[in-house]
Amino acid sequence: MNKPKALVNKRNIFDLEKIRKINLLNILLKWEIILLFIFIAIIIVNSNLSPYFLDYNNLMNTTFNFIEKAIIALPMMLVIICGDIDISAASILALSSVFMGMASRAGVGTFGLIAVGLFAGLAAGFLNGFIITKFGIPSIAVTLGSMSLFRGIAYVILGDKAFTKYPKSFAYFGQGYIGNTMIPFELVLFVVLAIIFGIVLHKTTLGRKVFAIGNNSTAANFSGVAVNKIRLIIFTVIGFCSGLASILLTSRIGSTRPNIADGWELEIITTVVLGGVVITGGQGNIFGVIISVFIIGFLKFGMGLINIPGKVMNIALGFLLIIAIMLPELLKRIKPKNNI
Amino acid sequence: MLVLPKKREFNFFIFIILIIFIISLRTPSFLDLNNFMDILNDTAILTMVAIGQLMIIVTGGIDLSVDASLALTGMSVALLNQHYPEIPLFIIILISITIGLLLGSINGLLVSQAKIPPVITTLGTMSIYRGLVFVICKGTWVSAHEMTEAFREFPRRSFLGISNLIFIAILIIVLFLIFLSLTKTGREIYGIGGNKTAAQYVGINLNKINYLAYTLCGGITGLAGFLWVARYAAAQSETAIGFNFQTIAACVVGGVSITGGSGTVIGVVLGAFFIGIVYNALTMINVSPFWQMAIQGFIILFAIIINTIMDKRNQQLLLRKRSFNE
Repeated sequence: MNKPKALVNKRNIFDLEKIRKINLLNILLKWEIILLFIFIAIIIVNSNLSPYFLDYNNLMNTTFNFIEKAIIALPMMLVIICGDIDISAASILALSSVFMGMASRAGVGTFGLIAVGLFAGLAAGFLNGFIITKFGIPSIAVTLGSMSLFRGIAYVILGDKAFTKYPKSFAYFGQGYIGNTMIPFELVLFVVLAIIFGIVLHKTTLGRKVFAIGNNSTAANFSGVAVNKIRLIIFTVIGFCSGLASILLTSRIGSTRPNIADGWELEIITTVVLGGVVITGGQGNIFGVIISVFIIGFLKFGMGLINIPGKVMNIALGFLLIIAIMLPELLKRIKPKNNI
Repeated sequence: MLVLPKKREFNFFIFIILIIFIISLRTPSFLDLNNFMDILNDTAILTMVAIGQLMIIVTGGIDLSVDASLALTGMSVALLNQHYPEIPLFIIILISITIGLLLGSINGLLVSQAKIPPVITTLGTMSIYRGLVFVICKGTWVSAHEMTEAFREFPRRSFLGISNLIFIAILIIVLFLIFLSLTKTGREIYGIGGNKTAAQYVGINLNKINYLAYTLCGGITGLAGFLWVARYAAAQSETAIGFNFQTIAACVVGGVSITGGSGTVIGVVLGAFFIGIVYNALTMINVSPFWQMAIQGFIILFAIIINTIMDKRNQQLLLRKRSFNE
């Protein structure tokens, strides 16, 4: 009696999968359009709130406030599509910044500092990935521990002090503009990275494998995808990008405190999820994430214009995160199922 | 059978005694009765909230918002006490538990009904609750002289040399020891963490149990919020920041499997006690408190790796046993 039952169940699951895929495709196509509308709405509201919002220089300058997070959001997209999560990225940033501070105090020049920052991030990310893949522990558990460990090391090294002495030429990365234009160097770097990540995710076999792992890692493994190797690479990449973001942020504010970038993981994950990347993995799109970066950036800029304190902005971010995850589910319930 | 400590807990207990012995060789005052009471008082709140966290981790979830809901309840009752000092203490305690239950049930609803992964839910509610603390206190403090004496002194007041704080912690430990190991609902919590599909087939209401776990954890956290604010005689918007990681550390050190399904109250109590000893010893041997966070992170990572290796070995042993029997 059991056998036919199991068969029927299997078929149902198969059909449901099919239905879900069709639905999700529809939603995904619409999701970016929804995001675009939200983006336009935010611009309209903001420009009504303040006459200074739609100023070219202001808009360019406000990107400084969120591009560093956006640079971590790109690899975070890969991590989440893989079905993993990394909540230690902001702590990696802090650790890497502290190492750069130490190097700078020891008299290392600008290029040396960049190497130190990138390498520290890379090593920390590799450590995460190694523990996750070697021992088969869920990424949430490992990054939960390393989040505390990495920032803890930053506190051990710095205590209540700060590194403030960085070479003059180091300031360019976080504060400089391209030539005589008003386009920040950070923004250009983000655009280049976004193009690279977009191509890797949507145009290469590596990208297809990432989606495959997120959809069903066991099946991907049996199909010959080196699941653990790819996950290790992705965690190393997010560490590397956290190191990169650390260079930009440290260069922009010109100092390192152990609480640097505290709480960023919330905003980064919110950005990715609002961008339409499904939190359980397997679905996502670079365009959604890019629009979402600017939505959250301009939203916070707008809230800043009407003097909303940062902690209250976090309430809004928390709501945004939860609503962004609930929306696809809600849309699915509301939509009539006539498109099977 | 489940009430009795298992082999792992016994080994851990021996390990803790060994650690105490080593520390007391270096600083004999560590074994002082007063210092020992200090450790117990310090770990009482951690133990309570860690038991709540245990319930959630056992279902396969995690609650990152415990520190924020602790701060929010603590701030709420502190403000209440400041503005309406005539409200009797037991009402305040009831209110703190109610607020905690409410905050926990919001998490529970989002996880069980809206099907949002626990990490994301509680990451979101963590920042919402923490932001609300700032909103209700408008960035100010409630300090000792603004609280009534009954409020402030409650955790410290002692009977037979044991403070209320420790009594409450023991009460919670006993209650949840019974609840989790001897009641049907308690066993169902383990059931859904061990194997969701199987649990559903057996007829366990997944949503209900999930909701219950978050709500109960919220209730404990609410009570802990009052005790925290009263004990430290201060409520501020940064209260207990990072405490969520301590509760998770206590759980994983106590042998709770981070993927859900296994973990005992006794283990968590030992885990919390271990963390209390480590922190206390650090101050005794003059290590800067800035080390705490790094050590806590190291403990979490180390414990999770050890747990995973041991789980795998046990599974292999079980398989070998079974094939031998066949």
